[in-house]
Amino acid sequence: MAEKRTYEVVFIIDPGAGDDEVMRLSEGVQKIITGQGGSITKTEVMGKRQLAYEINHKKDGTYVLLEVEGSGAEIAELERRMRVNDQILRYMTIRVDEDRQRADKLKERRARKAARKTGLKNKGSAASSGSGPGAED
Amino acid sequence: MSSNYEERENSYGFEREYERPMPGRGGRRMMRRKICRFCIEKVDLIDFKDVKLLQSYIPERGKILPRRISGACAAHQSMLAEAIKRARNIALLPYAAD
Repeated sequence: MAEKRTYEVVFIIDPGAGDDEVMRLSEGVQKIITGQGGSITKTEVMGKRQLAYEINHKKDGTYVLLEVEGSGAEIAELERRMRVNDQILRYMTIRVDEDRQRADKLKERRARKAARKTGLKNKGSAASSGSGPGAED
Repeated sequence: MSSNYEERENSYGFEREYERPMPGRGGRRMMRRKICRFCIEKVDLIDFKDVKLLQSYIPERGKILPRRISGACAAHQSMLAEAIKRARNIALLPYAAD
């Protein structure tokens, strides 16, 4: 439980809910997260959009995206609250830190590879013509 | 990440590269070599919120375009499939269309 995890939480709010209600719900979510010792790094209301299929006979809904950092206990609590809330049509939580780490690793490896390649190239060109370093890119 | 995922310019000019015999002599089957678009563009993560991108990988029925047609490499195809499934769960994409 010591490790810090990053989650992405998306939930869909009933289209009948007004702007103030959306704000109230997001604030409530924030309170739950901080109450459990987590922190919200990003909140984004993606706005009302059409659903790809009907959920509870609703054709559209307001999407809200959160990025949460914490141990996982706050996610359990949040999901429990969202499950009983009739205003929330659907929610989904995804753990993203592992995927992002992997992506960063790939990026780093690529950067190293590119650096090695240009290094070789520079050495080669220096021996033959002595053109400036990094002429390629 | 921009605020509206719908309005993002689609930079992935996706071309469907079906295998089909090229009009040539003898009617021999010539297959264009397919290369993974995600590898070329050095994509490390496929986001489930990027509906514009994902939509180019679901034909009318809403199924996931198979690798033999999309041309994606194994790693990227599995990332793509995962993203599409997540988008379906949250009603960004249909499970089955029409």
